[in-house]
Amino acid sequence: MTRAGLAALLSHWRRNPLQLFTLIAGLSLATALWSGVQAVNAEARASYDAAAATLGEGQFAQVLSADGGAVAMADYVALRRAGWLVSPVFEGRLEGVRVVGLDPLTAPGGLGPVELSAGAEVGSFLGGAGQVFGTEEALAALGAVAPEKVVAPDVAPMTVLTDISVARDLLGTDAPARLLVAPDQPLGRPPLETVAPGLTLRAAQDGSDVSRLTDSFHLNLTAFGLLSFAVGLFIVHGAIGLAFEQRRLMVRTLRALGMPLSRLVWLMAAELAALALVAGGIGVALGYLIAAALLPDVAATLRGLYGASVGGALEFRPVWWLSGQAIALLGTGAASAAALYRIARMPLLAAARPRAWAMGAGGGRRLQALAGAALLALAAALLLAEGLVAAFALLAALLIGAALLLPALLDLVLRAGAQRAGGPVAGWFWADTRQQLPGLSLALMALLLAMAANVGVSTMVSSFRLTFTGFIEQRLSADLYVSATDADEGARLLAFLEPRAEAVLPVVWVDTEVAGLLAEVYGVRRDPSYPENWRLLVARGAPWAAVFAGEGTIVNEQLYRRAGLELGAPVEVGGGARLPLVGVVGDYGNPVGQVIVGEALFARLHPEATAQRFAVRGDPAALRAALIEEFGLPPAQIENQAALKAFSLQIFERTFTVTGALNVLTLAVAGFAILMSLLTLAGLRLPQLAPVWALGLRRAALGRLELVRAVLLAALTALAALPLGLALAWVLLAKVNVAAFGWRLPMYLFPADYARLGLFALVAAVLAALWPARRLARTPPAELLKVFANER
Amino acid sequence: MLLTIDDLHKSYPGAEGLVTVLDGVSLELAAGETMALTGESGSGKSTLLHLAGGLDLPDRGRILLAGTDVAGLDDRGRARLRREVVGVVFQQFNLIPSLDVGANIAFQARLAGRHDAAWCRDLAARMGLADHLGKYPEQLSGGQQQRVAIARTLAARPALVLADEPTGNLDEVTAASVLELMLELVAESGAGLLMVTHSERLAAAMGRRAHLARGRVA
Repeated sequence: MTRAGLAALLSHWRRNPLQLFTLIAGLSLATALWSGVQAVNAEARASYDAAAATLGEGQFAQVLSADGGAVAMADYVALRRAGWLVSPVFEGRLEGVRVVGLDPLTAPGGLGPVELSAGAEVGSFLGGAGQVFGTEEALAALGAVAPEKVVAPDVAPMTVLTDISVARDLLGTDAPARLLVAPDQPLGRPPLETVAPGLTLRAAQDGSDVSRLTDSFHLNLTAFGLLSFAVGLFIVHGAIGLAFEQRRLMVRTLRALGMPLSRLVWLMAAELAALALVAGGIGVALGYLIAAALLPDVAATLRGLYGASVGGALEFRPVWWLSGQAIALLGTGAASAAALYRIARMPLLAAARPRAWAMGAGGGRRLQALAGAALLALAAALLLAEGLVAAFALLAALLIGAALLLPALLDLVLRAGAQRAGGPVAGWFWADTRQQLPGLSLALMALLLAMAANVGVSTMVSSFRLTFTGFIEQRLSADLYVSATDADEGARLLAFLEPRAEAVLPVVWVDTEVAGLLAEVYGVRRDPSYPENWRLLVARGAPWAAVFAGEGTIVNEQLYRRAGLELGAPVEVGGGARLPLVGVVGDYGNPVGQVIVGEALFARLHPEATAQRFAVRGDPAALRAALIEEFGLPPAQIENQAALKAFSLQIFERTFTVTGALNVLTLAVAGFAILMSLLTLAGLRLPQLAPVWALGLRRAALGRLELVRAVLLAALTALAALPLGLALAWVLLAKVNVAAFGWRLPMYLFPADYARLGLFALVAAVLAALWPARRLARTPPAELLKVFANER
Repeated sequence: MLLTIDDLHKSYPGAEGLVTVLDGVSLELAAGETMALTGESGSGKSTLLHLAGGLDLPDRGRILLAGTDVAGLDDRGRARLRREVVGVVFQQFNLIPSLDVGANIAFQARLAGRHDAAWCRDLAARMGLADHLGKYPEQLSGGQQQRVAIARTLAARPALVLADEPTGNLDEVTAASVLELMLELVAESGAGLLMVTHSERLAAAMGRRAHLARGRVA
């Protein structure tokens, strides 16, 4: 019996391959978008983990030089003698590769990933020429300068790991860059400031700076992945609903012939699960291709934007393969639960004639609209709540509520159109469009979400770009940036530059804690470039004058929000001093707080800090030539502002490539949803269209009207998507970003982009409606006559 | 007795409250016997047929089918009854559109676990369907579709055949030939036949007749 029942159920797909294609394609595309984004994220995160494991970043407390330079060997020896379990790390760049030297005997994490690699021998590592571990790419870039090379895929991209002696030789330095502090330290050891006063201790962090920064980018991608999956689910829901509706006759017949209901429901559930697994497999494979295409751009974006090193090649990871399959199964389960429930509850003698699957009772539509309104009200209430969970709940309530409300909204507009209709054909057109609305509403809801996601995410990314460009202008306002390798060279540079440049602004800071939060205190020299270029978010009085006079301080937005500071309230600036807060400056992409005080006060409070980086105003070409030729500064220590700005913008263009590609894919999925809805509805529409044809409307005219109908509905949906997308962008910028990262991005509007997107949506709707309209225009009269012969 | 219906009541909710369709119907049908069920539209003929076949449940009364109380069975039990004891021929044919003619004819027999390929072929030949076994229902005429539906029912060798206006959608000539075939095959198999019909001519061809009026056997 089971075999016969299953054969009958499966025969439906054989006879309706288009429906099977819709179902599998919808689910595959949804899974592909989801798993593609997840793959990119997983790959990037895996790279950070490798970096963190290699470099010990975040995992262990670290001892650093207070002046930002290297740690003197004498200090290291003094700490070891005093009982501190610290391990030196030599670090520097060679041929574009980060060279890290570790001492395997004292490093708390051992050799990190190298211990797992084949070919690692501590004896060989320590002795003689030593071994250098890294990925093939990193080792190749290092060239012949490295001694024995060992390929270790687990080492972070463009990083090599070696013994301290080898690193010292390669980098030509005698002092470690920092010291790793073992988690378990002996009791009673003397405090750091008495053993080595020039050093500071940085506590271990839950996540490294890099991962915290890149989280903002991942959040963007993950939100996009979820939205895309939601769009895909609408297609699957529609396809499953239609397949079930069209099989009502078969279900009734099977039951009438003696197939038990429970067996039938189980068979249908098993059939769907099998289809979901097939579609999930295809989706994961497609997602892999999407990720492989996007990853080089993502890697470049992250590397440039945050300095995070991400491999440009994709590895196949079972975790996201499994998660893709799981999401396909769960999505199918969610989309088919209602349909299976209806089948289970369907009375055996219920009308078996297939009808448009969503031509539900008016009560159901009203309930849907009410649920949508309730969710929008919940979203409004969540505006008052704080925290990341509340922000995401607000996002979900807003999107789902708007989608549920869309059919009711469109119905209102169409009803108004019907009331103003002039001739009989126009009257029929509006009434018929209203009748089609339930059947098309799932596809239109998918289009609404896709367009809103496009508007929202592109507004966010574009706003981010504008803000960041302004921020770069502000922070890179000088013509040249010059770095010194140590305090002595810094002092010589300052003396060299001051007579030659219009202005030299030392960049000097110390790490400290403000209100229990990690912060950097900067001392700034009195110069008009600060008040001219730095845009303050809030300020009182003459903030820069107060800062230069040592009577006030300016903090960055992150610290202002996280520490709950208020203008006028005193802020700790290190050395036991407190100054009133006179302004807040936007500081995007920086996880730590910044406190800005005048140079003179800073020097009094932190006499140990020396400037090793300088912002210089003047003729960049002449200054550069003088620095290289007269001072003998290596060109690598001179940065050109124009080049930096161009590089930053280039990074954003890459970010746009990634979001742009995802935008196009999501819109394509929504267009596909419309196409499939129209195609599947076409067959069910013949009984509605045949009488109009019989009354004198030509088939070609009917086809044209179908096209106009699709464009009209898409245009109305696009109009609804615009405010929804802007609301989505506002929530992402003003709620999610603040909750997740502590800074709020200003929102800019891009009307030309929205107009272009609306045009794309209309083109997608026309393309989707073209085929069904053409089919209708060419329907043989015999097919239409069958309607009257009661043979349908 | 193959089928015993005793004091059967059935109502449905209507726009103005409950509408009584059957109001104390009783009748009996022996194995090998044929009976026409006649009456005006809305007299409850189809409802009685559905109740007899375990497709629906009565509000009150008893239906004994091959010694089994149908009203006392749960959904699974009634499904087994429909599969193994009863065969229903619908006015709208109710063929499975995605299966070809051959698969449709064999379908119920396979569900019942009584598939006999030779008997199916024989039935198809006698119904004039031998050349159409690879076709799909939509490619057949109404008369051909109804013959497939009858063959599907008889292929499972049910003890009771219930037919709901099986020729209602067919022209007179086709209807006569289909009925003749059905009666012949039912007689051969020894099954009982209860057929709803509006046609006096068809009713006259049956062994007995029960006329329903206002929910009762007149």
